[in-house]
Amino acid sequence: MLVNYELFNMSLQNKLIVAALCNGTVIDHIPSEKLFKVVSILNLDVYKNLITIGNNLESTKIPTKGIIKISDRFLEEDETNKISLIAPNANISIIRNFIVAEKRALTLPSEIREIVLCGNPNCITNNQSVTTKFHVLHHDEELMFKCHYCEREVKGDEVKIK
Amino acid sequence: MSNNSLVSISDYSKDEILEILESAADFELNPNRKTLHGKVIATLFFEPSTRTRLSFETAVVRLGGSIIGFSDVTTSSSVKGETLNDTIHMVSCYADAIVMRHPLEGAARFASEISPVPIINAGDGSNQHPSQTLLDLYSIFKTQATLENLNICLVGDLKYGRTVHSLIMAMSHFHPTFHFIAPDELKVPDEYKVFCKRNNIKFKESSELHDNFNDADILYMTRVQKERFQDMMEYERVKNVYTLKNNMLENTKSNMRILHPLPRVTEIDPDVDSNEKAYYFKQAQNGLYVRQAILSKVLVSK
Repeated sequence: MLVNYELFNMSLQNKLIVAALCNGTVIDHIPSEKLFKVVSILNLDVYKNLITIGNNLESTKIPTKGIIKISDRFLEEDETNKISLIAPNANISIIRNFIVAEKRALTLPSEIREIVLCGNPNCITNNQSVTTKFHVLHHDEELMFKCHYCEREVKGDEVKIK
Repeated sequence: MSNNSLVSISDYSKDEILEILESAADFELNPNRKTLHGKVIATLFFEPSTRTRLSFETAVVRLGGSIIGFSDVTTSSSVKGETLNDTIHMVSCYADAIVMRHPLEGAARFASEISPVPIINAGDGSNQHPSQTLLDLYSIFKTQATLENLNICLVGDLKYGRTVHSLIMAMSHFHPTFHFIAPDELKVPDEYKVFCKRNNIKFKESSELHDNFNDADILYMTRVQKERFQDMMEYERVKNVYTLKNNMLENTKSNMRILHPLPRVTEIDPDVDSNEKAYYFKQAQNGLYVRQAILSKVLVSK
């Protein structure tokens, strides 16, 4: 029972730190070190409505977590795909009128178009107007991305996101 | 998009590879067959080539087809800034198939996706060169009478050499044992070692050439290619590290044959040429029959 009380207390503290959201998207359980990458790939630096960002919060699942609450924006599938590349275990909730209207599971697609850049400077996608395409591979539990065009493979955490 | 394109050696299954080798053996017996009569083949060489272009063009002529194209990119509209997309759309209006070499990696795959006629990749940067791989396999098969369970020693530029990478992938169907011999700067990339491990292919690595290949069935030499280096200092340092000389072949197996995709520079001394184990010029000749087989598969079986 003591453990449950501690969990409740931690959750309450986090709620107090991060303000509630009326309408929009909550991205929770982002590993702390990945938080600002998520901010960057969603272009939140130029977003004009209210955004609440919390980081280095206590978490039961990971050492410390970050959370982003974006008012009046409902993420599209290609945006959640981008998040799945860098924070595959994050939770995404769509909030309408203070209530969780939808919990969206992050799934890494088997093929990723456009959002990933090829790291090979001599790849056709870096030299001519060709949309990038990557195949997602799992080699012995290691996540790899293989460029559909130049066939180079890159490790999941070394991938360059547009 | 045409599904008959040959972009990467991984586009062909083991059965398709063996089908090409059988067909090549038929063409070697009778190279003059008019199976491409009335067909126009474009050869677009955005990068220089002697053997590949000449053997593809000879293959077309011997099969009764006609050739359009360019071998000097300065005579094409690329110098005016025309994109590959536009060149392929334009050429595919005239030709029944396109044989293309391009300096950018992935160019052939992209071309195959936008072209209504088949693309045959004759080399895309340091990525793929499948007709070379198939002629290497044909040469191995002809000299060893099998592709199974061979010891294959790969020497030289194993980092940038596309023929080496494609050969590793293609031979994976036939239970080879590889010996990679390269200077530290030009070692085979990790992804190919991972590939070997995943496919239960035995391999070892060394950095000394001398006396290191006496158990080999195939000694596959490669050139240290200046055009693949971004750092010229690195090129100068490693280019003369390995030279194969005739007196180094004394203790090698009698069935061993030396292959080289050519052109060679300093990596095989001319005194090796008269040794019966030197097979590289015959290997280049095999390229004709293999390219006849590829053109026939791509165009005739459509």
